[in-house]
Amino acid sequence: MKQALLGIASLLAMTLAAAAGQPDAAKWDAVLAEAKGETVYFNAWGGAENINAYLEWAGDELSRRYGVTMVHVKLDDTANAVAKVVAEKAGGKDAGGTVDLIWINGENFASMKEQGLLFSPGWAESLPNWRYVDIESKPTIRTDFTIPVEGLESPWGMGKLVFFHDSARTDAASMPGSAKELLAWAKENPGRFSYPQPPDFVGSSFLKQVLSELVADRSVLLKPVDEATFDAVTAPLFAWLDEINPLLWRGGKSFPQNYSAMKQLLADNEVDIIFAFNPSEASSGIAAGELPDTVRSFTFPGGTLSNTHFVAIPYNAAAKAGALVLADFLISPEAQAHKQDPEVWGDPTVLAVSKLDAADRARFDGLDLGVATLKPDELGPALDEPHPSWMDRLETEWKRRYGAAN
Amino acid sequence: MLTRLGPPFAILLLAGPIVAGLAGTVLPALGYFPALGGFSLSLAPFAAVLAEPGIWMSVAVSLGTGLAATAISLGAVMLFVAGWSGTRIFARIQHLVSPLLSVPHAAVAFALAFLIAPSGMLARLVSPVLTGWHQPPDVLIVHDPAGLTMTAGLIVKEIPFLLLIALAALPQTDPARTRALAASLGYGQVAGFLHGTWPPLYRQMRLAVFAVIAFSTSVVDVAQILGPTTPAPLAVRLIEWMRDPDLSMRFLASAGAVLQLGVTALAIAIWIGFERLSTAMCQRIRDTGWRFRGDAWLRGAALAAVMLAAFAVFAGLATLALWSVAGLWQYPDALPDWLTLKTWMKTLPRVAGPLATTVLVATLSTLLAVALSLLSLLREDETGRRGGSGALMLLYLPLIVPQVAFLFGLQLLLILAGAEASLPSLVFAHLVFVMPYVFLSLSDPWRAYDRRYEAVAAGLGKRRWSVFFRVKLPMLARPVLTAAAVGFSVSVGLYLPTVLIGAGRLETITTEAVALASGGNRRVIGVYAFLQMVLPALGFLVAIFGPALIFRHRRAMRV
Repeated sequence: MKQALLGIASLLAMTLAAAAGQPDAAKWDAVLAEAKGETVYFNAWGGAENINAYLEWAGDELSRRYGVTMVHVKLDDTANAVAKVVAEKAGGKDAGGTVDLIWINGENFASMKEQGLLFSPGWAESLPNWRYVDIESKPTIRTDFTIPVEGLESPWGMGKLVFFHDSARTDAASMPGSAKELLAWAKENPGRFSYPQPPDFVGSSFLKQVLSELVADRSVLLKPVDEATFDAVTAPLFAWLDEINPLLWRGGKSFPQNYSAMKQLLADNEVDIIFAFNPSEASSGIAAGELPDTVRSFTFPGGTLSNTHFVAIPYNAAAKAGALVLADFLISPEAQAHKQDPEVWGDPTVLAVSKLDAADRARFDGLDLGVATLKPDELGPALDEPHPSWMDRLETEWKRRYGAAN
Repeated sequence: MLTRLGPPFAILLLAGPIVAGLAGTVLPALGYFPALGGFSLSLAPFAAVLAEPGIWMSVAVSLGTGLAATAISLGAVMLFVAGWSGTRIFARIQHLVSPLLSVPHAAVAFALAFLIAPSGMLARLVSPVLTGWHQPPDVLIVHDPAGLTMTAGLIVKEIPFLLLIALAALPQTDPARTRALAASLGYGQVAGFLHGTWPPLYRQMRLAVFAVIAFSTSVVDVAQILGPTTPAPLAVRLIEWMRDPDLSMRFLASAGAVLQLGVTALAIAIWIGFERLSTAMCQRIRDTGWRFRGDAWLRGAALAAVMLAAFAVFAGLATLALWSVAGLWQYPDALPDWLTLKTWMKTLPRVAGPLATTVLVATLSTLLAVALSLLSLLREDETGRRGGSGALMLLYLPLIVPQVAFLFGLQLLLILAGAEASLPSLVFAHLVFVMPYVFLSLSDPWRAYDRRYEAVAAGLGKRRWSVFFRVKLPMLARPVLTAAAVGFSVSVGLYLPTVLIGAGRLETITTEAVALASGGNRRVIGVYAFLQMVLPALGFLVAIFGPALIFRHRRAMRV
C-alpha cells in the first residue's frame, strides 16, 4: 500500500514536472522532440557583421537539422537582455518570457545568477557535446570572472586580449609590451591610440587590464570591491588614465564605441594600435577586406586578460528545449571549427581538439588561422579576470571622470 | 455614416497615445510605478537625474543644437525663397531638393559622417597632395563635444522640409503682386519679400517650425551617429537609462523624459522670444525706409547655402553607396583598391527580415492613414466645416511633443497590456506619426478640387459613393498617391518609435542601420543606408508614374 502510494506520488511528481515544461538535458531525445517547431530568440550583441553572419549560418543549420527556428535579437549591450528578463520577473511573467538564450559572461552572468534569473539546476554539463569541452586546460570555462559557473551557462568561445598594429606603418619592435610602456609610447605618439568607451565590454576590460598590471596586490581584485579601499587600490589606474587621456585619439574627448569601430580607425590610419578579445580579429579583418594584409598581432609578455564567453537560458524562457538544442549545437565540433575559421569569425574554440575523433580533428587541423594570428604558445600568460563587481565600479568611476566633460 | 467616424477617430488616434503616453511617463517620474514598488509620489527621481554627471552639459547641447539647427535652416530657406522665388533657378533647385525630404534622417547623418570625417571622402580627395596629410588630422569633427556636426546634420535635413512647407504656403500669400508692389517702391528683392510676403508666410509655417525645434532638441538617431558622446545629448542618455538592467533606473529615465519635455518647451519659449525680437527689429528697419537694393551677395549666399546642403547629402549618399561595394579602401585613397559585391551578398540574406517588416509596417500604417485622412476630408466636404486652428494644432501634436516623452509611457502601457513588440502595436505607433504628414500633404489639393465635377456627376444621377469612387478619387489619384508616398517614407525613417515599441524583436532597416552605426563598419552601413534611401524613392516613383500610366489616354490629366 505504502509502496503503491509512493509510486503514485512519484508518477504525479513526474507528470507535474512534465506539465511545467522543464526540459532535462540528460534526457536528450525528449529535449529534441520538444524543441521541434520552437522558435528560439537568441539575444546576442549584433555589432559585428561576421558574427551576425555566423549566427545566420547556425540558425539555418539548426532549422535544417532539428526543426528549431532561431531569431537573432541584435543587442548593442547585453545588459539590455538582462533588463528585459528583470522586467518580466517584476511583471510576474515567470513563464513564456521573450528571451530564450543570451550571449553572456562576467558581470551580467553574475548578476543573473545572483538574482535567480537563470534556468537551473545546471544543465550545461549534461549537453551531449559537453564531453569534448576542454575543462582541463581552460579553467575559465568553469569559473567565470571568479564566479563558479555550476553548469548555468554553456561555453561558446575563448577570449584573450591581443593588440594589433599595421606593420607597414609601425615597426613591430617599437610596440609597447606593458601598460607602462604603452603610456610612454603614447607620449611619443600622441593621438594614435584609444580604447572603446566604457561601459563597452572591451573598453571596460581594457581598464581591468591596466588595473591588473598596475595594482600593488593582484589578489584583492579576485574579491568583491571593498568600498573602503577602492580609491587606494585604483589610484595607480586613474593616475595612468589621467596621464594618457590627453594623449589619446581626439585628445580623449571622444572614444570609439566598440572594437569594430577601432578596426575601422586602424584601416583609416587614424590610430596605430588597437586591441580585441579575439586573437584572430586581425586575420578576419584581412579576410573581409577591412584591414590591409600587413596588420600583425602582439601581446604583453607580462600577460593579458583571458576569459570565456558563454550562452545562458533565462529562468522564464519560452523555448527552453530549443535553447538547449542551440547551446549544444554551438559547442558541436562542426560549429566550433566553422567559428574558428578567420574567413568566418575566427573565435577560438572551447573544445579540446585532442578529445575529438579523427574526422572532427581534421576540421580544426585544416584551418588556416591567417598571417596575423599568433600561435597559442605566442599569446603570453593569461591574467585572471577580476571579480565582476570591479567592472561595475570602474565603469561608474570612469564615467564620472572622463565621460562627462564638465 | 462612415465618414462621421473619421474626425473623432483621427482625434483619438492623434491625441490618445500622447495623453496616455505622457501620463505613463509622468507618473514614474514622480516615483509612482506599482510594478516596480513605487507607491508614493516623490521628487527623488528628479533629484537623481540632476545628480547625473554632466547632465547640464547634455541639456545645453540638446537646447543649443536644436535652436541653432532650426534658426540656420529657417534662415537659409527664408533668404532663398526671398531671393529666388519665381525664377527658373528656383524651380530647378526645388526639384533637386524635394527628393531629399524622403531620405531618412539616419541615412543623411551617415552620408554627412562619411563625407566630413577627418578620414572621410573630402579629406581623401585632397590628401595628401594638397594638404600633406599622410595621416588623417587628429581633429574631432564627428561627435564633437559642442554638437556642431550634429547641428549640420540636422540643418541639411530640415532645409528641404522647411522649403517644402514654405512652397506649399507661398501661393496663399500672393507673392508675385507683393513683389511687384515692393519693387515699384524701390525695395530690393530680399527686403521686399521680408517686409511684404514673409510675415503672412511665416504665420502659416509656424507650427512646422515648432515641429522642427521639437524634433531637433530631442532627436536620438542623428545624435547617436553625429552627436557628442562625452556626455551625449539628453535624449540619447534617456534611452541608455531606459535600457539599464537596473529597473529602478526607469524612474530616473522617466524623470529625464519629463526634463526633455521641459527642454523642448524652453526651446520653443526661447524661439517665441526670438520671434518677438526679430519682429521688432524688422519694424525698426522698415521705419528707416532702408531699401537694401544691393542684395545680390545675400541672394548668392542663400543659393549657395541651399545648394551646399543638397550637395552634401548627394555626395555623402554617393560615397556611402561606393563604400557598400568597396574592397580594401585605406586612407588616403580616394577610390577603393577593388570593388566587390561581397558585402551585399553577405548582408542581403540578413536584410530580408527587417526589409519585410519595414515594408509591411510602412504599407499598413500608410493605408490606414490615407483612409482616415480621406474619411476626415469627406466629412469636411459634407459639413462644409473645416477644422480651425485647434484641429491644426492637434494634427501637429505628435510632431511637437518630443517623441521620447510620450513613447516611454506608451511602451509601459503596451507592456502592461501585453501587446509590446507585436505588429499591430508597431503599426499603431507608426500611424501616430504618419497620419499628420499624410493629412497635411493631402488636405491642400483636396480642398483645391473643383467640386462642380461632383455636382455634375450627382446631376447625372450618380450616388454619393459612386461619385467618390468613379470621379473624385481618380481625379485626385496623384495627390493621394503622393500623400501615401510621404507617409511611407516617414514610416521607413522612424527610429525611436520602432526601437521602443518593437522592443528589439521587430526590426526595420532603420533600427538595424542605427544599431550598426556604433560598429563603424562603413560597408554594411552603406548597404543599409542605401536601402533606406531606395525604399522611399520607390514610393515616390509609384506616385509619379502610377497616375501617368493610368491616365495615359486622358490628355487633361497628364502632367
